Amino acid sequence: MIERATTRLHVETQINGENTDYLCGPEQSLLEVLRDVLGLTGTKEGCNDGNCGACSVLMGSRLVNACLVLGAEAEGQEIRTIEGLAGPDGLHPLQQAFLETAALQCGICTPGFLIAAEALLDRESEPSEERIRFWLAGNLCRCTGYDKIVRAVQLAAERLRQAGQLREMEVPT
Amino acid sequence: MAVMFEYRAAHSAAEAVSLLREHGTDAKIIAGGQSLMPLINLGLAQPSLLIDINSAAELDFITRRNGSLAIGALTRHHTVERSGEVRQYIPLLAEALPLIGDPQVRNRGTIGGSLAHADPVGEIPTVASCLGAIMVVQGPNGKREIPASEFFVTYLTTALDAEELLTEVIFPILPANTGVCFKELVRRQGDFAIVAAAAAVQLGADGACTAARLALAGVMPTPLNADAAASMLVGQKPTAQIIEQAAQAACVGIDPESDVIASADYRRAMAPVFARRALTEAFERAARA
Ligand SMILES: Cc1cc2nc3c(=O)[nH]c(=O)nc-3n(C[C@H](O)[C@H](O)[C@H](O)COP(=O)(O)OP(=O)(O)OC[C@H]3O[C@@H](n4cnc5c(N)ncnc54)[C@H](O)[C@@H]3O)c2cc1C
Ligand code: FES
Ligand code: FES
Repeated sequence: MIERATTRLHVETQINGENTDYLCGPEQSLLEVLRDVLGLTGTKEGCNDGNCGACSVLMGSRLVNACLVLGAEAEGQEIRTIEGLAGPDGLHPLQQAFLETAALQCGICTPGFLIAAEALLDRESEPSEERIRFWLAGNLCRCTGYDKIVRAVQLAAERLRQAGQLREMEVPT
Repeated sequence: MAVMFEYRAAHSAAEAVSLLREHGTDAKIIAGGQSLMPLINLGLAQPSLLIDINSAAELDFITRRNGSLAIGALTRHHTVERSGEVRQYIPLLAEALPLIGDPQVRNRGTIGGSLAHADPVGEIPTVASCLGAIMVVQGPNGKREIPASEFFVTYLTTALDAEELLTEVIFPILPANTGVCFKELVRRQGDFAIVAAAAAVQLGADGACTAARLALAGVMPTPLNADAAASMLVGQKPTAQIIEQAAQAACVGIDPESDVIASADYRRAMAPVFARRALTEAFERAARA
């Protein structure tokens, strides 16, 4: 009979720019840690096996499914979750665009889509529709349908480009 | 249900191997976690110790060496997919990689994890079988090399000992005039393949085939190396008829399984079709090379 350890691990990490530490069981996923230990319930659980993308978060610069990462593996990493998306001045342009174009119904997939889309728009200011669809292939939505979601991302990209251009115009003057 | 185990981070291959030796069959390596974590979440895998190799940076590399390209076990699918060297020297691997799962899976999953997991429809095991890749493994008594033909033993089972770590995979670089092609049957892009075929062929100046390799997936408990059937193309002009014959010959004796996605009969019917398509396109590419 194998002795099962019940030791808890102390993990130091950064979540949405803030140094955070927590204790977790060696078997706990990052998703469980975010939701049950840290109370960050914006990240959703759909399938718990890597298929739906509802638990998407950024680890470093990489988009990952938090249900397939151990809480212990967040040691020394920078994690970004949906709670970090809106700024002090209000919603992120992606959130605003999702609202305006009705790109959500029940909303359980939405945090995952927003984090995944943000990761794309951080890299590319003008992704094609095809690019958006391939990038979001790991995120499933069972109610809205993908057209509205893709359109919301395109709208947000357009607004971010305009805002960027405005900022660039301000610089030389 | 709580599954209880211990967790240790290994910062080098040597550290991982010594932990494996200490804990033997009760321990399990975790790399990208994209195959192991679903099993843990479902309570289907309950190792007493998880050895996390994600901080063993020495296992994350792509390097050219003596006519081959060596890829460290911890190299992520996404890194391999984006590598210019992989695209240039192992184009078959570059073609197969984007077919694996979705961005989240490829951002985290590793090439070593795919090979060690040995899913018989995995794209990377199929490419390894087609190209005759060599697995380098490290155990308590040092390193050894295992060719793909011996590495994949059966469904989800490899020739790795419980105390061994896969450290790298070596792909031979084929001549620049080689035409390659990877084709798979899926219902949705990113799904596990129902069947898949990988081909690599060369043509002489007279337009006759000088070398041909073929591997099939989804038809046996391991990737099926069908080089013997492909070799009937050598010395021949690759007409539609002879390609069809080779594709049929490759599928003699296959024994696919039925599952929720497809029946054994469907796999049996589709395997020669995908073998033919992969060979045909590989020859077209060789002719243009
Ligand atoms: C939604 C989803 C879709 C997917 N689709 C596909 C697909 O279409 N095609 C496909 O091929 N795969 C697919 N996968 C699986 C994916 O490719 C995994 O990344 C891969 O199978 C395992 O790699 P890993 O690094 O995640 O390994 P882990 O999950 O960390 O480990 C898998 C197994 O390998 C062992 N292991 C890992 N590394 C080593 C090592 N260096 N030495 C010894 N043993 C080791 C572990 O102990 C474990 O038994 C999918 C996964 C998900 C979640
Ligand atoms: S909950 Fe993580 S992918 Fe579905
Ligand atoms: S809005 Fe319900 S799953 Fe997407």
